Amino acid sequence: MSVDLSQFIPSFLEESFEGLELMESGLLNLKPGDNETIHSIFRAAHSIKGGAGTFGFDSVTEFTHLVETLLDEMRDGRREVSSADTEILLESVDCMRLLIEAARDEQDYDHDKVSTTSARLSETLGGQQSTDSDSENESNVNKNDGCGYNIKFIPEHSLAKTGNDPIFLFSALAELGELTISANTEELPALMDIDAQELYFSWELTLITTAEEAEVIEIFEWVEDECLLELEPIVNKANEEPTNNISDVADGVINELSVESSLGEIENQEVLASTKVDNEPETATGEKSKTSKTKAKADLGSIRVGVDKVDSLINLMGELVITQSMLSELGNDFDMSKVERLTSGLEQLLQNTKEMQESVMRIRMLPISFAFNRFPRLVHDLAIKTGKTMELVISGEQTELDKTVMEQIGDPLVHLVRNAADHGIESKDVRLANGKPEKGTISLDAYHQGGNIVIEIKDDGAGINRQTVLDKAIDKGLIDANAILTDSQVYDLLFEPGFSTAAEVTDISGRGVGMDVVKRNIQALGGRIQVESVLGKGSTFKVNLPLTLAILDGQLVKVGTETYIIPLISIVESLQIDNQLINRVSGDMVLYRLRDDNVPVLPIYQMFNLETECTEIDKALLVVVEGDGQKVGLMVDDLLAQQQVVIKSLNDNYQQVSGISGATILGDGSVAMILDIPGIINMALEQAQKIQRVRTDGNSNVAAEVCL
Amino acid sequence: MNIQAMAQDVPVEGEHTVEGIDFITSGDQYLTFLLAQEQYAVDILCVEEIRSWEQPTKIPNAPSYIKGVINMRGIIVPIVDLRLKFNIGKANYLETTVVIVLTYQSEEKSRTIGFVVDAVSDVLNVESVDIKPAPAFGGCVGQQYIDGLINSENKVVTVLNVAHLQQVEKHRLQG
Repeated sequence: MSVDLSQFIPSFLEESFEGLELMESGLLNLKPGDNETIHSIFRAAHSIKGGAGTFGFDSVTEFTHLVETLLDEMRDGRREVSSADTEILLESVDCMRLLIEAARDEQDYDHDKVSTTSARLSETLGGQQSTDSDSENESNVNKNDGCGYNIKFIPEHSLAKTGNDPIFLFSALAELGELTISANTEELPALMDIDAQELYFSWELTLITTAEEAEVIEIFEWVEDECLLELEPIVNKANEEPTNNISDVADGVINELSVESSLGEIENQEVLASTKVDNEPETATGEKSKTSKTKAKADLGSIRVGVDKVDSLINLMGELVITQSMLSELGNDFDMSKVERLTSGLEQLLQNTKEMQESVMRIRMLPISFAFNRFPRLVHDLAIKTGKTMELVISGEQTELDKTVMEQIGDPLVHLVRNAADHGIESKDVRLANGKPEKGTISLDAYHQGGNIVIEIKDDGAGINRQTVLDKAIDKGLIDANAILTDSQVYDLLFEPGFSTAAEVTDISGRGVGMDVVKRNIQALGGRIQVESVLGKGSTFKVNLPLTLAILDGQLVKVGTETYIIPLISIVESLQIDNQLINRVSGDMVLYRLRDDNVPVLPIYQMFNLETECTEIDKALLVVVEGDGQKVGLMVDDLLAQQQVVIKSLNDNYQQVSGISGATILGDGSVAMILDIPGIINMALEQAQKIQRVRTDGNSNVAAEVCL
Repeated sequence: MNIQAMAQDVPVEGEHTVEGIDFITSGDQYLTFLLAQEQYAVDILCVEEIRSWEQPTKIPNAPSYIKGVINMRGIIVPIVDLRLKFNIGKANYLETTVVIVLTYQSEEKSRTIGFVVDAVSDVLNVESVDIKPAPAFGGCVGQQYIDGLINSENKVVTVLNVAHLQQVEKHRLQG
């Protein structure tokens, strides 16, 4: 009975990558004498090796074996933990990742890198060299020279009782090559004594195949505890000449897969234990299996969910079912006397669905540590590359974020951290000269703020030099030489394409490619980025992201016949317009005095080209919203309900519409558009600029057209 | 009415056929519809469903022929009035006015768009050799939208290219 192991490969890969992460973070925190950490790194490496062996990812096993040997020496105290060793181990982790990825995608990997690293590993291992050459020999042996195997298969009598059928084994073997079977019936007792459920035969098989030993053994994997199995390669006489000594080794070392499971005999248990141990290096050193049947996709698209989350979901499900049955009971013979119970039932239903929805959304939420985990390594590498000393302080890593947002925020964050390390933190000498501690600090923080999550990337470096940015912008023609800009406007220039203030281009950053991409990516997620900086003290990049992309709290408003949704998060307040507070200034710009602020009024009907009776500003309602740090008042006909809406993309079947971030389906089945507040503000600015330009041209016709 | 399901549900020989429609066919099937008095056709396998006209939700600042979007079982589907787009006939919304929802699977993604037409009329079975190229003598409908012409009895049916109907939409709007 052979089991398709490939179905377990995805979980192996997942676990391996987790193990690699564990190794990496362990190595970064590794201090001499810290045995606990070494142990955990060793365990991670060991389980990767074991798993890789099972699935036939031999290149991984082989390489990990070296890593494990080195770790083992550290663990036993035979070797001091030195930073040089840590570096090599970190590199090895990279190689292992490379190898596992290559195995996953069934693609070739960077042989140079792996062989260099493994050479360095062996060099470091030094004394252990001999074992390595042994294993190389073994791998030569294991490489089948194309002839086949003589297999002796002596099952225990009880084999058939455990559901195993030798015929399945043989037919699986026959798939590998040409199979000759001869059965040994010596043990067959007299007919009277035969127990129909016992198996009395043993077999000798000759398999002519090009398959590798591991593959043959794999077939017997499920019965190996219940049989005596001997596997002997048939050595091709023609090939014997160069493999003389190797076949000696072959006789001695391998093919002793004799396993007995009669538990009473201690001796046999020892055999079992030793074969298990022998077994590992054997499969480990086998050549890279070309027939590995992995078909794992690059992105598995699975998430791990805590049991508590699932449990709470199941509880809620139970409540929902109870409510449902209560309601249907009520509906059986309904009369007006039961109205009260109906309303309370419906209320309960509302509560249940709401909780259920929250619970389901929580499943998609992952702690942001998933995105933060890679940064200690990144900063470590950057410190070495730039020759600066710096440390990374991470806080708030338990803050939860939607999985989709998480996946897409990784790269922009890497970019920001790199920038902080490369441009932000100054070199040691400069820092000391400026009276700062020698070691620079980059801190990553995540926290909730309203319905948003804020990620802060902060460095205590040089800060952004306002003048340099301005000069550069003027130089590049992005702004006028005599333009007056606020600090935040100046910092926004950093996100213009092709903008870099780094004095020289390094391979880390400075090409000016990227910051614009960072901003675009963040905006695509419905987020925004803000920069604060004090020259000489450091800078802070604040990334504001929505918690989830799927659901939004919205205020429904009416304009003409249409219903629009304003995200609740961007609403500052809604008010009835007081005529006295309306001011028309600088040529028909309508401002509304909101306490000390003057808020520009944007009539939605005009911007969206709608017909409405409510064109007079004093009859309408004003919803004051804030986007991109700018407050505006949206003129609407009426305020309707507040409700949660599920965001649907217009992009799927249509395209992006300016001023609209998406659509949703209301309770009555109709579609309503969700307003994109920053988009609307931009739209209004553009329209205003167009009108201004046209007016200065003295062409009022066109102006009217744009207006409408 | 889900035409696609009907079209795939071709009875085998010996089973009864739905009255009026010959299901045992060879060649491709086309759904024909009316715009003004002219007959047009689209590949029936692209037809998702045929809906009666309902007022869609407007899209701000969209061209006049984009009537808006509707909710089709949770999917937001934009509605294009073909009469306005091709400038044929009057855009009256009557009892018979229907929306043909077409899904076209291109390499990257599938798009679903509804098209307003005056009425649906028939299903045609046509061998691909019977689709003749259309002469390029003007007309309101751009050449890129036309796959060819079919002679059906004494009428001529214009076969529309669904891929272009949907793709060009985008360019137009962005430009």
